[in-house]
Amino acid sequence: MHQPAVEPLQDSAGKTLGRAIVITSGKGGVGKTTTTANLGTALAKRGASVALVDADVGLRNLDIVMGLESRVKHHVLDVLEETATLDEALVRDKHSQTLYLLAAAQTREKDDVDTDKMIALIDSLRERFDYVLIDCPAGIEKGFQNAVAGAQEAIVVCTPEVSAVRDVDRVVGLLGNKFTPQLVINRLRPALVKKGKMLSVDDVNSILRLPLLGVIADEPDVIVSTNKGEPLALRNDSQTASAYHAIAARIAGEDVPAPVVEQKESFMDKLGNLFGGRGKR
Amino acid sequence: MIEFINKLFGRQNSGATAKERLRLVLMSDHLSLAPEMIEAMKRDIVDVISRYVEIDNSKMDVHFEHQDKSLAMLANIPITGVARNNPPGGPGNGSKADDDAQAASAEARAESAPAPQAAAPKPQGSGNGPRRKRKKSGGAQAQGTPAPAT
Repeated sequence: MHQPAVEPLQDSAGKTLGRAIVITSGKGGVGKTTTTANLGTALAKRGASVALVDADVGLRNLDIVMGLESRVKHHVLDVLEETATLDEALVRDKHSQTLYLLAAAQTREKDDVDTDKMIALIDSLRERFDYVLIDCPAGIEKGFQNAVAGAQEAIVVCTPEVSAVRDVDRVVGLLGNKFTPQLVINRLRPALVKKGKMLSVDDVNSILRLPLLGVIADEPDVIVSTNKGEPLALRNDSQTASAYHAIAARIAGEDVPAPVVEQKESFMDKLGNLFGGRGKR
Repeated sequence: MIEFINKLFGRQNSGATAKERLRLVLMSDHLSLAPEMIEAMKRDIVDVISRYVEIDNSKMDVHFEHQDKSLAMLANIPITGVARNNPPGGPGNGSKADDDAQAASAEARAESAPAPQAAAPKPQGSGNGPRRKRKKSGGAQAQGTPAPAT
């Protein structure tokens, strides 16, 4: 059932380059930044070297989610405009030796970014890192184009909502033939799905028909970790963290069983099932 | 089928509603994003119909409409003349073009809702009423209707 997410490493002129993966969705607020932070953390935990690039110029957030906001001195545009070197702008993660962040410019606009220079920047990061994860801004305008330009792979994040699925569908169309985007379904609430009150994984993917990379349940610990600026994937004791680790393993080409989202039934749910066995859906 | 029964008892859950809305909105999104496809389809429709009747190309109108549970293609194609000795050059069921069907409008209806359609397609009455053709459109998948009822 599961999709082997293996894509061969890109070779260019004899050199082995890292994989640049854009994390996108079209719609805002579906969890692109959280997904980028956690996948970067999870990949680094596996020993890979990872650069996270915040391409959301003007609305910088990845530094916050990573808990690195106080360490950011330079940003993407400084590097593109050569007022800072790449080494000066890359911020090392607090926890991992192999994880780095390149923050977005907060006081600039997306139109200030030159697409060709962005591609060159991503390429130079690919020479130094196994993975370059690009956190794409919402929308499908210039910011999206720039974020996508340097990537060879795409992950689309979708929540089980009509609007989010519609936007992902549009984005997948815009990504065109260059990519076969892989799907992460975020904020799934299994209890609601069970009651027929939320689109299920199958509902979403019977429409999008993308290789399913993973499913992240809507759990409070995601919010807690964002509050603290410590990606959940740092932990090993959380079901949601395990889901991120499984996605990272799939990205790395491991054959991980198909994502199963566990049903966490409360006592009241069980009671309800016991007595109220009426037809669902 | 289960969906139908649920609907009968007014028991459709919001998840199913979401799926249905999504299916419809994506179909019309895809159509609106593919104007060249629609143009090509119009040309093909004209080609086919012209084999049997003369039509007024300039007054042809093809558009898409959301109807209750489905997306419909509505084509209004004024017929200006009918050949006496209908020579069905094309393959398939050479339709018996009725002489008295002058200027009747042909209405093609592409259904794609997997939802149960209460009325079965009406067999073609010989008269001059509008022709209705029903067919499953390939636009969206009709698979994976949700969920077994318990």
